[in-house]
Amino acid sequence: MTTPSTDVTSTPCFDPGDDLTARVQSVRDGDTTTSLRLESMLTAIDTVNPSLNAYHEILSDSARVTANSIDTRLAAGEDPGPLAGSVIALKDNLCTTEGYTTCSSRMLENYRSPFDATVVTRLLNAGATLIGKTNMDEFAMGSSSETCAWGPVRNPHGINRVPGGSSGGSAAAVSAGITDAALGSDTGGSIRQPAAFCGCVAFKPTYGRISRYGLVAFGSSLDQIGPIARSVRDAAMIYEVLGGIDPHDATTSDLAVEPPLADGPIDPSSLRVGIPREHCTDRNHPGVTANLQRIIESLRAAGATIVDIDLPLTDHGISTYYVIAPAEASSNLSRYDGIRYGYRADPRPGEGLEELYARTRTEGFGPEVRRRIMLGTYVLSAGYYDAYYKRSLQVRRLIKQEFDSAFQKCDVLLGPTSPCPAFRIGAELDPISMYLNDVYTVNANIAGIPAISVPGGMIDEDGESLPMGLHLQTPAYCETTLLRIASTVESMVRQADPIAAGA
Amino acid sequence: MTSSNSKPQPTLEDVAKVASLSRLALDDAALDSARVDLLAILEHVANLQTLDVEGVEPMPRPQDTVNRLAEDEPGPTLDRDVLLAMAPKTEGHFIAVPKVLGEGGA
Repeated sequence: MTTPSTDVTSTPCFDPGDDLTARVQSVRDGDTTTSLRLESMLTAIDTVNPSLNAYHEILSDSARVTANSIDTRLAAGEDPGPLAGSVIALKDNLCTTEGYTTCSSRMLENYRSPFDATVVTRLLNAGATLIGKTNMDEFAMGSSSETCAWGPVRNPHGINRVPGGSSGGSAAAVSAGITDAALGSDTGGSIRQPAAFCGCVAFKPTYGRISRYGLVAFGSSLDQIGPIARSVRDAAMIYEVLGGIDPHDATTSDLAVEPPLADGPIDPSSLRVGIPREHCTDRNHPGVTANLQRIIESLRAAGATIVDIDLPLTDHGISTYYVIAPAEASSNLSRYDGIRYGYRADPRPGEGLEELYARTRTEGFGPEVRRRIMLGTYVLSAGYYDAYYKRSLQVRRLIKQEFDSAFQKCDVLLGPTSPCPAFRIGAELDPISMYLNDVYTVNANIAGIPAISVPGGMIDEDGESLPMGLHLQTPAYCETTLLRIASTVESMVRQADPIAAGA
Repeated sequence: MTSSNSKPQPTLEDVAKVASLSRLALDDAALDSARVDLLAILEHVANLQTLDVEGVEPMPRPQDTVNRLAEDEPGPTLDRDVLLAMAPKTEGHFIAVPKVLGEGGA
């Protein structure tokens, strides 16, 4: 992998106050228009994207039509919705009738969805302009966006570093300012870890809060869609638009989604903040430890009660995840057979149906996807099902119970999102080390609880200044509490380190 | 820490079987490397065997959520031509596939 000639390390790190919420207001106030904002972003994409590889496809035609219609409706005094004036990008595993939906895989290189994902429809109905499809680890399997079939995505904070994954393109695009916000999917940390690596906010709500209709399935008991944004209030606003029951997704919760920040941030003096000992080990980069310690001290100084928490199943979470997720993936990805849609291997004389399936899948999937399908098939096969798959589902309940008992002692759990800042492209080739990136994030998916990553300040590493993320978790369906606390933590980080707070 | 019977040692033959069940066509070198990967991952997840899960009910979905049931009523579906247009190969109103049955319908 060669270093691109264009230097985007000078990409202006955004001003955290200049977020989607502020920009939507400036369009409403008539200071600018959606179309002007879109055009300036399309120009910036032309300059920056060849180096970053954040976008696979720019939906300029449909975005221009949408932006123009939003501006016309605003001029006529109509209200096109809370996201009118905003520009939002979509991870390329979210189905859109505009453009392609490739999952960054050869398997779906030419796939055009005949329907829009529910989240896409809801964004459009709320007035958002959808600018493009972002690169990702193939079928969302990875923590670095290096398994993308269209080449690795790069981190705006260090061009030779990964943006994290699997929603790396979405995080890189938000970080580089070539979209206001983006959607990603999170199966084991796939929006939170890239947001931490790129200095953004990413919010994964409770399992079932946001419809997955039109999200290309990976691990169906783990997958959740969530926003990557510049601020907690942006993430909250997008969540409010996306959340709620959907007849097309039978797993969506019928609990009402309340406006999360209606009452503003939480007063820290009323808070019990739990710090899991297992998230504060020496596997953390010293800069991660220092920034975490700083926010703990700020919270303590503001009157919060700091509680030590034990989560002894932290490391078992990765094992549980790497049984459940591949098992579900091997089942979900069995649909790619080269028959009804997607890639089909060139026919060979005398070849039967089974050979065609196998060659199509072997040629269409990359190495990591094949690895996980094999692992999933193995743990589900006769003789191993009980030892691996069933046992993982039992450990999942133990992990859930561990969270339940932790939340008896505290209102929120606080730790780092990832043990280290963004690593170099090509640095982690061994699958196990790659999987360990997700050690602090997977258990939220396993238990289905909401979690958010907020920028926690910068870390010096080999002469580069890199962002790190703070990870907050609350009990299921307590999104309002989580977002209010996240908002408090966000302002504390900004006050302590105004330059580094946003990325 | 792990009991001997829980220590996974998939043979090359086992891996070939898994590849076949996965509908993947791997040559010997690819099977060998898949075996190395599989061993490393199984070794890592061996810590699951150290936990006491006796009597713990498996939890297939987080929070024990269950699917909402819908009334069994017809709704709008995608048009046949839209679906056929996505298929890699079609013949008339059909998706074309290689011959499924051998000579004599065996």
